[in-house]
Amino acid sequence: MKALFLIVAWTGAALAAHVALAQDFVIRGATVHTAGAQGTLKNTDVLVRGGVIAAIGAAAQGAAGVTVVEAQGKELTPGLFGGMTNLGLEEVSEESQTVDSTLNLKSPAWGQQWRPEFEVSQAFNPRSTLVPVARIEGITWSMLAPASGDAIIGGQGAAVTLDGRFDAVLRGSGSLFVSMGNTGAALAGGTRAAEFMLLEQAIREARAQGPIGEGALLHGAGREVMARYLSGGRVVFQVDRAADILAVVGFARRNGMKPVIAGGSEAWVVAKELAQADVPVILDPLKDLPSDFDHLGATLDNAARLQRAGVRIAFSSGDSHNARLTRQLAGNAVAHGLPWESALAAITATPADIFGLGATRGHIAVGQVADLVLWNADPLEVTTLADQVWIAGAAVEMRSRQTELRDRYLGKVKAHQAF
Amino acid sequence: MTLSLRAALFLSAAFAASVGLASEPFPSTYQVPSSPALLIQGAVVLTGTGERIDGADVLVENGRISAVGRGLSPPAGARIVAAQGRWVTPGIIDIHSHLGVYASPAMKGLDDGNEATNPNTANVWAEHSIWPQDPGFETALEGGVTTLQILPGSANLIGGRSVVVKNVAAVTYQAMKFPGAAYGLKMACGENPKRVYGEKNQAPSTRMGNVAGYRQAFADAQDYVQQWDKYRHDLADYQKKKTAAASGAKKAKDKDGDDKDLTAPTPPKRDLKLETLAEVLHGNIRVHMHCYRSDEMATMLDVADEFGFKIVAFHHAVEAYKIADLLAQKGVCAAMWADWWGFKMEAFDGIQENLPMVDYPDRGCAIVHSDSEDGIQRLNQEAAKAMAHGARVGLIVPPERAIRWLTLNPAKSLGLEDRIGTLQAGKAADLVIWNGNPFSVYALAEQVFIDGALRFDREHPTPKPRSDFLLGQPGVGAPL
Repeated sequence: MKALFLIVAWTGAALAAHVALAQDFVIRGATVHTAGAQGTLKNTDVLVRGGVIAAIGAAAQGAAGVTVVEAQGKELTPGLFGGMTNLGLEEVSEESQTVDSTLNLKSPAWGQQWRPEFEVSQAFNPRSTLVPVARIEGITWSMLAPASGDAIIGGQGAAVTLDGRFDAVLRGSGSLFVSMGNTGAALAGGTRAAEFMLLEQAIREARAQGPIGEGALLHGAGREVMARYLSGGRVVFQVDRAADILAVVGFARRNGMKPVIAGGSEAWVVAKELAQADVPVILDPLKDLPSDFDHLGATLDNAARLQRAGVRIAFSSGDSHNARLTRQLAGNAVAHGLPWESALAAITATPADIFGLGATRGHIAVGQVADLVLWNADPLEVTTLADQVWIAGAAVEMRSRQTELRDRYLGKVKAHQAF
Repeated sequence: MTLSLRAALFLSAAFAASVGLASEPFPSTYQVPSSPALLIQGAVVLTGTGERIDGADVLVENGRISAVGRGLSPPAGARIVAAQGRWVTPGIIDIHSHLGVYASPAMKGLDDGNEATNPNTANVWAEHSIWPQDPGFETALEGGVTTLQILPGSANLIGGRSVVVKNVAAVTYQAMKFPGAAYGLKMACGENPKRVYGEKNQAPSTRMGNVAGYRQAFADAQDYVQQWDKYRHDLADYQKKKTAAASGAKKAKDKDGDDKDLTAPTPPKRDLKLETLAEVLHGNIRVHMHCYRSDEMATMLDVADEFGFKIVAFHHAVEAYKIADLLAQKGVCAAMWADWWGFKMEAFDGIQENLPMVDYPDRGCAIVHSDSEDGIQRLNQEAAKAMAHGARVGLIVPPERAIRWLTLNPAKSLGLEDRIGTLQAGKAADLVIWNGNPFSVYALAEQVFIDGALRFDREHPTPKPRSDFLLGQPGVGAPL
C-alpha cells in the first residue's frame, strides 16, 4: 500500500492543473476483472504507459522505470459508466439557473419546433461539484442525455470523460434522444400514436430536397442532423411498455436508425424479439413497481431475463447526483439472478460498446484507455469503496466537496463522548 | 395486554375525552392472528439492543418473542426453522413513508399526499388518504419492513396527522392501523412550504414567514387549550353546584328566583386543526419534522421550547452531522438517507457519513428512512453504505449497532420502543430472517413475520399479487 499512497501524494501536488498528469505505473498482484472475454484474472499485473493499458499479466512484469502500486489481491475493474445523466449539466436540480439538460421552447403541441441539432454536451461543465463526487466512487465516464422539454426529441447527447478536462466529449458516442410512451404522448398532442406521426413528418422533412413550407418541424440544421441519424445513427428511445418497445424498434429499423431502448421496464416481455434484432436495453434494474400504466410489468427479474434471452444490457438510474450508485444497481441485479460478470459488464463494457466506445473504454485490455478502479473488496458490494481511481492513467485525487464537508465537521463530532 | 399497550390505550382514551368525544374515531381493527409457536434455530441474531448472538435461537409464542439465546427447546407443535448461516433481525421500521397516499401507479386519481391548499392543514389525517391496495406495501414487506409511519407530504408548514401501520395485507387501513400507537404530526421546514405558497403569492414565501406560521398556529392552539380548560373548569363547577342543589342545600337564586347559576356551560366549538395542535401541546401527538438544514433544526428546537412541545425526529436531516452534539443533547432523533443530496439548495451539503456521525455521540439517535417506494425495499443497504463510509473515517459501527438505525431508534421516535424494535422477551414477534448478513447488496429477506405470523416467504411466495390493482394485469410472468 505504500506505493499507492505515494501516488496519491503525487497527484495532490498536481491538483493545480485541471487534470492530473498521467504517469507510467504498474498495478501489481490485482484480481483483475477485465469485463471482457478473459473474465477475471487472479494475482495479475497491469502496466499503464502514456495513459493506456500497455500490458497485462506476464508481459507487465518487470517493467522498468515505473511506479508500482501493490494491489495485494484487491479487485481492479474498468472505470464505471455513470449512466445516462446530467453530470456536469446541473448543480442543484430545483434551481433552474444551474440546470442545462433540457431544451424547452415552450411551443404549443400544434406549433412544435423540433431541434435535433441541440447538442447538450456543449453545456458540460467539468468543474461541477457532481463530477468529483461521482469520480471518487469509480465513475469515470457518463452519457450526457438531454431530457425532453416540449418536444419528444430531446436533442443530442454524448459521452464525457470525468477527469476534469474541458474537452471531455468522447468522439463517436453522439446519439439522438427521443421520449416515447406516455411521456412522449404528453408532448405529442396527447396520444402515443402521434409520436410516430410527428417522427414521420420530421423524417420526410429531413429527406426532402429544397425548402419546406409553413408548419415545418425542423430548421435547416435540424434537417441535416436528422438525416445523419437516418443513415445508421444511434437513437436512444425512452420507452417502457412492451407494445411500444416493439413499435419503436420496427419504426427505427424501417427508417435506418440504430435503436437503443432506455427504460425498458417491460423489455423482458419482448426479450426474444430484442435479442433477434440485436437491440440493447439500458435499464434501471431496481424498478419493480407499476409506477404508471407503462410499467405494469416492472420486475426485479428484468435484467436477468433479458440477459438469459441474449439481449445486451447496461444499467442507468438516470440519477446525476447519485450516479455513484450504479454499482448498487448491478449488485441488486446479481441478487435477483443476473450472473456477476454480466452485472459488471452492464456498468462497464456493454455501455461502452453500445455507445461506440468499446474499442477504447469499458474493458481492461491492452490498448484501452487506462480508466481503472482499485476497490477494497467486491466492487458490486455496497460496503465496498474505491481505494484509488485512475482516468486515462492519471490518479484521481480522492476528494470532493462532500469529503471536504465531512472533514470540516468530523473533528467536532469525534470530540464528543462516543457511545 | 402489556402495560405499555394499556398505557397507550389510556392515552388514546384520554385524548378522546379531552375534546369531549365518546371514543377515538377510526379505531384500529387489526387483530393479531393466531399462529403456531415458532423456533428459529442457529442463526446470527442481531437483537436490536446492540447485541449480536451467533448460533442463537429465537422462540416465538402467541405472537411474541418468548426467548432469545442458545439451545432453546421447542414447545410441542412448534414450527422449527433451521437458520444456520441465516441472520435474524427485528422487523424494519420506516418512519417516513408515503405508501398508500402517494401510491403506485402515480395517477392523478391516486395523488393524495399533499393537501396543498393551506400552509396549516393540521386538520387532515394521512390515514384518510391511504389506499391499502398500493403494490408498494408488498414490495416493502419483501424488504423486511414490518411497521411504517405514513405521513402527509411536505407542501405545508403543518401537513397533518401521520399514522402508524403494520405492513399487513388488508382491504381497509383500519385493519393495518397499529393498535394504540400515538399519532404523529407532520411539519415541514424550508424550501417546500415557502415555494408552494410563495408561488401562489401568499404566506409563507420566506423562511421567516415559515417560522411566523408555526408560531401563530401554536399560539392559537394555546388559546384553544385555554378555552377547553376553562370549559372543563366551568363544567366541573356546574356539576358540583348541580349536585349540591339536588341534595337540597341552599339554592343560589337571583332576584327572580331562577337557577341561572345552574345553566350548563357551552363547550367551545371543535376546531379540527386546533384539536390536533392542542394534542401536540398535551404531549399526545408526536411531532415529526421535515428539516434539511442544521440552522433550521436549531430554530425549530427553539420554537418547540417556546410552546412547550417536543420534536421527536427531524426527517431528511441532510445536515444533521453539523449539529450531532445538539441533537444528542436534546434527545432528538435524525432520520436520514444514506446519500441523497443536491436536488435542492437545502440538500446541497449532504454527505455519506451523516448517519454514523449522528450516531457517534452518546445518546445520538440515528434513523434510516426512505421517503421512497423504491428505497423502502432496501433500507438495509442504505444502512450498509453509511456504515462503510463511516468506517473509512474511523466511525466503526458494527452490524449489531447499525441495526438499531432501522429498528430500535425508529421505534423510539414513534414511542413504540416497549412493543417493537428489538428481539426481547415480551415484545411483538416482528422479525426478519435474512439469507446472510443484511448489510450486503446480496442479502434478501427470506421470511418476514409480523406478530409471529409469517407474512412473506421467499421460498413459497403467494402466486397472486397482494394488491387488487395488480390482479389480472400482465404481471411478472413465469418464474425466472
